Amino acid sequence: MRITCPICGERDRREFYYQGDAVALRRPEVDDTPEDWDAYLHLRDNPAGVTRDLWYHETGCGAWLVVTRNTVTHEVLGTVLARDAAGGAA
Amino acid sequence: MADASLSLAALTPCAGLLPLTIGALSLSEVEPGHLTAIAPLRGKADALAAAFKAAHGLDWPAPNRATGGDDARAVWFGHAHVLLMGPAPDPALVAHASLTDVSDGWALVLLQGAGAADVLARISPIDLRPGVFQPGHTARTELLHMQAAITRLRDDAFLIMGFRSMARTMVHDLKIAMEGVEARRAD
Repeated sequence: MRITCPICGERDRREFYYQGDAVALRRPEVDDTPEDWDAYLHLRDNPAGVTRDLWYHETGCGAWLVVTRNTVTHEVLGTVLARDAAGGAA
Repeated sequence: MADASLSLAALTPCAGLLPLTIGALSLSEVEPGHLTAIAPLRGKADALAAAFKAAHGLDWPAPNRATGGDDARAVWFGHAHVLLMGPAPDPALVAHASLTDVSDGWALVLLQGAGAADVLARISPIDLRPGVFQPGHTARTELLHMQAAITRLRDDAFLIMGFRSMARTMVHDLKIAMEGVEARRAD
């Protein structure tokens, strides 16, 4: 598996650490409902198909990435710096 | 009781381990002087690049690139992060960046000789082919299982950085790879 880091280019998967669903970029507001917070903290989809994950370029440049990939075909469809993704810190 | 005549001498990270020569390949320690990690403050990247050039005469390196020479070198060192090797940093840079002295944190070695790229290819996943990874290119990547920074200085010379605490492991891993390349060459 190869992941294209937006900074370093195409790199081997072993340089990256997998964090999981990019849910951290969709944090509810403080006054959102307990149900929203419950979903944010505990409920995860397990899609057969396209999913968005947070990956850390651990032994590379140290950037957090949002990787869009397909869990059925194992295609990596795109990568973007988490900083530049919707919900990321500008 | 302390001996008043005791004199303390600093040891380099690879003291007692290097230099090493195996066939046409050699591995030696590099003592770079000051190592300063420079991280631009938000929105100050352009001002920092200009101040850096004015203060040290070095071009601010693009991602995956290194500038300068043996006396003073600027190496891209990760996301929004450059390492100044050699001179002490100009204090004026603090207006544009966070500066961290990491001089004691890293071990630097120089791998050179015919087949140096083949040595690294055994223990690093990056594409080291000459047309892809050229002199002046640098990469944060893995060395076997450790974080490392690799800069190509010449076709057959690489500057390799690893954490000082892992210097013995880094030298060991490079030595095994050097022996492997030389053994194949002897076939």
